Amino acid sequence: MTVNMTKGQAISLQKQDGGTLTAVRMGLGWQAAKRRGLFGSRTREIDLDASAVLFADKQPVDVVFFRHLQSDDGSVRHTGDNLVGGAGQGGDDESILVDLQRVPVHIDQIVFTVNSFTGQTFQEVQNAFCRIVDETNGQELARYTLDGGGQYTAQIMAKVSRVGGGWQMTALGNPANGRTFQDLMPSILPHL
Amino acid sequence: MTAELVRGQNHPLSQTRVEIRVSAGTPVLALASACDDAGRLAGPESVAHPGARGLPGLEVPGTVAGEHRFAVDLDAVAPAVHRLGVVLVLPPGGPVRFGAVPASYVAVADPEGAELAGYTLTGLDAETAVVALELYRRQGAWKVRAVGQGYAGGLGALLADAGLGGPAATALADVATGLVPSGDITLASLPTAAPPTIAHGVRAPQDAAAGTAPAPPPPPPEPLPGADVPYPGTPGAAPGPASADTIGGPPTIDYAHPRRRRTTSEPPEPGPRAVPSPEADRPPAPVAGDASGWSLDERLYNQVWGMFEDLARSVAAYRSACDFAESRMDRELDEALSDPRHRLGGSGNAARDAARARHDELVAQARAVLDRDLAQLVAESEVVEPALPASYARWANPVWHGHAVPEEAPLALRLGDLHLPERPDLRIPMLVRAPLERGLWIDNGRTGSEAAMTMDTDRLRRAAMDMAVAHAVRLLAVHPGDRFSVHVIDAAGAGAASLAPLVAAGVLAGPPAAGAAGVTRTLEALTRRVDLVQMAVRAGAPEDLPPDVDLADQLLIVHDFPHGFDDRSVTRLRYLADEGPAVGVHLLMVADRDEASAYGPLLDPLWRSLMRLSPVPDNHLADPWVGHAWTFEPDLPPPGSRVLEQTLERIAAHRRDARP
Repeated sequence: MTVNMTKGQAISLQKQDGGTLTAVRMGLGWQAAKRRGLFGSRTREIDLDASAVLFADKQPVDVVFFRHLQSDDGSVRHTGDNLVGGAGQGGDDESILVDLQRVPVHIDQIVFTVNSFTGQTFQEVQNAFCRIVDETNGQELARYTLDGGGQYTAQIMAKVSRVGGGWQMTALGNPANGRTFQDLMPSILPHL
Repeated sequence: MTAELVRGQNHPLSQTRVEIRVSAGTPVLALASACDDAGRLAGPESVAHPGARGLPGLEVPGTVAGEHRFAVDLDAVAPAVHRLGVVLVLPPGGPVRFGAVPASYVAVADPEGAELAGYTLTGLDAETAVVALELYRRQGAWKVRAVGQGYAGGLGALLADAGLGGPAATALADVATGLVPSGDITLASLPTAAPPTIAHGVRAPQDAAAGTAPAPPPPPPEPLPGADVPYPGTPGAAPGPASADTIGGPPTIDYAHPRRRRTTSEPPEPGPRAVPSPEADRPPAPVAGDASGWSLDERLYNQVWGMFEDLARSVAAYRSACDFAESRMDRELDEALSDPRHRLGGSGNAARDAARARHDELVAQARAVLDRDLAQLVAESEVVEPALPASYARWANPVWHGHAVPEEAPLALRLGDLHLPERPDLRIPMLVRAPLERGLWIDNGRTGSEAAMTMDTDRLRRAAMDMAVAHAVRLLAVHPGDRFSVHVIDAAGAGAASLAPLVAAGVLAGPPAAGAAGVTRTLEALTRRVDLVQMAVRAGAPEDLPPDVDLADQLLIVHDFPHGFDDRSVTRLRYLADEGPAVGVHLLMVADRDEASAYGPLLDPLWRSLMRLSPVPDNHLADPWVGHAWTFEPDLPPPGSRVLEQTLERIAAHRRDARP
């Protein structure tokens, strides 16, 4: 039962049977740019990047993105940069795995972002989506459709934050502009 | 390619049509059991045996044979069936225990015939029935697990353990093993006086099947005293009690599988342990070799590096949480100080106390998480350390006492131990891949570290040279006899005391080179070897090398550098350090960098190209993930131990035997 989230909606990352989640994955998928006849190599590839920024008390302390594929504590892992996208058939092209039990105790919020590294706006990208999956059973918890999203090159997707002893996820869905997560920092801070 | 499983290990199956292959050292019966997700049998009809060979998706062979093959179509298996067990049973009239026959090998192959996973059933003793493999459903897909759970009480105990009522289990066991024609099995004919089986432990009681007359012959009353000798090997009469028990069995006890070549660098098989629970919720008990790899050595290597990385990252999480707590407390204390409202009254103290409490709380939480991780790693280390092969093992490890010269070069070498101040007793083996990609430099200078400062020069030098000798012995011991030779340059003879065991055992390529002439001669010979082998490799004609070129890997121990070295020799040494590792010439320097300071910065690239080790604990090594400073501690034979001498004797004896 996927929740198609709307902006600002918060869901608690509790399992249906009451247990808390132990591992979640943010998946990002998009369709590769169409080939253009003879000079197919000149097709402008679309490179979207998924990043996760780890905050402690509203200060960024670590980030996981294509140049730093694993957080220093090993709890957040990026499976690797995809430069061209997939066929748009629903599979994830980039994934960030979060082992929630292993996240250091001082980290209380993790913000997921998507950037267009090659500069296309989301209007030009086909079938782009972003989703949060319960990694233990593969169940999709939330899904966001990015394409048709207007003249933006980035989106602040969602944040996962500590509440009591567990974690809750809030869909942010805030559009922004930037090439990497660094350009987004001013836009992220108000959401913490 | 086959994944060799160890007991308890699982492996995903990409195919749903697979073939089960059994290769036993003695004729056995192959059965299949279909259990639900709790591992229980629904009834006697859930077991495929020669009397009723079919189950949905599979049909077991109907004969008693040493080799069995049968196909399984996992798509056709009933949805209620979650686990398919492959069971081997010794038929009555043959050997009475699995411990008396060569280890069986069970494999899962794809329809093209390529083996996907295999498992050798070792460590069995008085058992007469064993669950060898289990195919089970996991999140919609099938996986295979090496189970190896044996039952001394025979098939009856095995079935009773799987939830079949005692009388029904015994009756079915009799039918399956061919003692009763299958048509006779009716509930009315079941012996009513059959004792209830109490088979819920790891091992069924040995007399579980003893209550019924036609049951398989009872197993020996207690394990044989000689049965746990890992490698009897020598042909001839079996130890006394064994010959009495192994009626019709082979004359010797050989635990090795006939098809599997056993290398002596392999550790003994881990002892019996409870099969890991299939429920994913419980934290799994650590198992040695629980990592990916084609051989057990490779799996252990990867596991040790996995532990290294986990420890680095867990400590990184702890340290970053503590740093954060500290900086937050500082900021809050500053704010409390600068807040004018706190200047009157006692509210300032309260704010400061609150900031400290917040700090302590966060640090306590971080410590709790770290302790949980450390406890897991300590438990893993306790399992892994005894299972390490000689090339990875500490000198104190008993594996060195049974060590014999191996047939294959090692995968990796242990250079020492690493630990972090958070948990000094949790030692991670420092393993590097063999052959060494960089030379080693054992720093005997006193300016290298604080611990070295407190030692006097002579003791430090002796310790450094002893460490070099221990490394040389380890390298000699873990390489096949003719594939490694050691040269020594000891220009002033200052290391003679440490080198004495090597010289006495006669395992060096020549006597330690002394004086400037000796230095020149040794370096010249090795330079020529590097040069020739490089040329031959480049030309693709290694067989054209002159016959006097020694193709074994070479280790050059250099003591007292730069004593006895002229400029030409220094250049040669640098050439060996740069070019040698690629063609099997390795450098082990025991030197004080300060003594070579006359060369100025010219030698800096040499020192940088070597891996620096210290004869005293020193925190100069960084891990590749988060860059903690790890304390390196050399691994030396325990005081009073003669393990070095004994190992050298064995190497020397092996070399004498090799060239008659």
